[in-house]
Amino acid sequence: MEHAQTLFEKLWDLHRVADLGGGEELLYIDRVFLHERTGSIALRGLSAAGRRPRDPERVFCTMDHIVDTFPGRTDQTLMPSGREFIVATREAAAGAGIRLFDIGDPQQGIAHVVSPELGIALPGATVVCPDSHSCTLGGLGALAWGIGSTEAEHAIATSTLRVTRPGTLRVNCRGTLAQDVGAKDLILHLIARYGTNGAAGHAVEFAGEAVAQLPLEARLTLCNMAVEFSAFTGLVAVDETTIDYVRGRPHAPSGEQWAAAEAHWRTLHSDPGARFDRELDIDCSVLGPAVTWGTSPEQAGGIEDPLPDPAKEVDPARRTSQARALAYMDLKPGASLAGTPIDAAFIGSCTNSRLSDLRVAAAYLKGRQVAPGVTAVCVPGSTQVKLAAEAEGLDRIFTAAGFEWRESGCSMCFYAGGETFGERKRVMSTTNRNFEGRQGPGTRTHLASPLTVAASACAGYISAAGRTP
Amino acid sequence: MEKFMRHRGVAAPLLRDNVDTDAIIPSREMKRVSRQGLGEGLFAGWRYTLPGDRDPNPSFVLNREEYAGASILLCGDNFGCGSSREHAVWALQEFGIRALVAPSFGSIFYRNCIRNGILPVVLDRAAVEGLALWVQSDPRHNVLLIDLPAQSLTGADSYHFELEPGLKQMLLEGLDAISLTLQHEADIADFEARDQRRRPWIY
Ligand code: SF4
Repeated sequence: MEHAQTLFEKLWDLHRVADLGGGEELLYIDRVFLHERTGSIALRGLSAAGRRPRDPERVFCTMDHIVDTFPGRTDQTLMPSGREFIVATREAAAGAGIRLFDIGDPQQGIAHVVSPELGIALPGATVVCPDSHSCTLGGLGALAWGIGSTEAEHAIATSTLRVTRPGTLRVNCRGTLAQDVGAKDLILHLIARYGTNGAAGHAVEFAGEAVAQLPLEARLTLCNMAVEFSAFTGLVAVDETTIDYVRGRPHAPSGEQWAAAEAHWRTLHSDPGARFDRELDIDCSVLGPAVTWGTSPEQAGGIEDPLPDPAKEVDPARRTSQARALAYMDLKPGASLAGTPIDAAFIGSCTNSRLSDLRVAAAYLKGRQVAPGVTAVCVPGSTQVKLAAEAEGLDRIFTAAGFEWRESGCSMCFYAGGETFGERKRVMSTTNRNFEGRQGPGTRTHLASPLTVAASACAGYISAAGRTP
Repeated sequence: MEKFMRHRGVAAPLLRDNVDTDAIIPSREMKRVSRQGLGEGLFAGWRYTLPGDRDPNPSFVLNREEYAGASILLCGDNFGCGSSREHAVWALQEFGIRALVAPSFGSIFYRNCIRNGILPVVLDRAAVEGLALWVQSDPRHNVLLIDLPAQSLTGADSYHFELEPGLKQMLLEGLDAISLTLQHEADIADFEARDQRRRPWIY
């Protein structure tokens, strides 16, 4: 190697097919993942144009967004016209000859949960999906990003995408996270500090001691919200943790190919002395549990921090958005969130619905009860996660505590016209977006970690386990 | 794809920061497996008085008389952040929007605009705010002229904007990216032949 390269540069160079001039490069795409909400349109568009997948073996599709998550679900959905999406996806996937993780399939689940757990997303691979949280897979050292439906057609038809190269940004996560503070808290604090636009135009590498110590699933959580930081994608260097995670996954290489793959993956880290276009720092040792108070992921802080007072904000744009957010969330400036009564708790989504997330929540819930009047729902991220959790008895802990235990899918992470906690309901949620109306018209979403959501569900108000009453 | 050369149109100011694609087209408005029929759902949460209803909210900018027929939106920072749904672009397009002007855009949304022939113009915050003030100050001069070959946008003043030359070409000629890429078939096949030796586990 001539000069010290960043991980991102290595991944980019590995996939460069041609320089298209004019700022665009043609990158090779190793895997395409689709889901029934946006993938159905891409597949239909493709066949309407008389095109076929260039390599159907490397295109996958799941049912996650629109399917209901009630036990005993069928093609029928609470979302009006949901059935149309499900049927269209099934037909289009069969027509295109691609693998579909359909309702009832033991490998069905949320795209970004299924693809690492099955070894479809691999370190060093390019993976795209018409879904913005594709960046999750950067936690494995994959180069993955969200695209639109038209670009998905492009990737399926040509196994490439035309891309403008983003800049590089390293976030140095210094120190060690406290034992009750996780990747979700870290990413929320980071976005709160540097703003939702903090990584715009850049591929972010999360580095430093705190990241090296994170288990693989937590790295997926961290990278999941890179898009809320406006990053092109998030990345974590490949290390022992990554390789241990990938070994033995159904679609991972085996035998001789495993040895070659492992040797290659071990080169997937930024070289010492590699230069990034930008660097940011965060001291992880001082971070506590985080929760959002507003309607943008940057409107977040510690649970006991006082809420901002728009009257004291000097920047007019921030003042307006703070005032709007506080009004929508029905919160008062200056108060803290601790102790604010809640109506619902949601544990699920591609951010926090993996086995390790459910274990943390269950460890807290064991022997405890959800507070009266709080609706609590747990939706495992994939059918595999659900089965593994049931094998450990986690489902019984959740249900004994008063949580609903669901089939896997996106569920109430977003509102598609079907299920919602309701207008003006205050929800503690392990999801990734707290936009106005994200979980239903007028629904108030507070993003937090699985531990904080479980603790708040039992308290009946916003609470950090063991830290606040 | 519709070509973009020069466009003269009514500009409406919507200077909120971080307008996400959920706000541009709420999920509940994406009712069909189709790129069509989305214009009515554009900004549904703000444009109508009640969710699911179609009663225009008179205070929303696109419902105001002086911005009737708006084809240019002046936007805040990070416009189109959030979900990758291309429906946001299809909804804007069906409504008649041809260009967006903002200090920055969500990156997936930006690419979706280019792929659908909508011009995303990046200008600094002061310029966008200046344009919005000018447009708001008198309903008679709410028309802007955008000249893509010259990369200029003109209201009271004229502004130059930057755009990657490759993307500019796509917009100017209304090109279909897939057809263009398929011309690189030999490059792609070459890459695959080399890469299959290097990373056989991918194939
Ligand atoms: S769980 Fe939520 S954020 Fe993740 S893919 Fe589904 S809808 Fe999107």
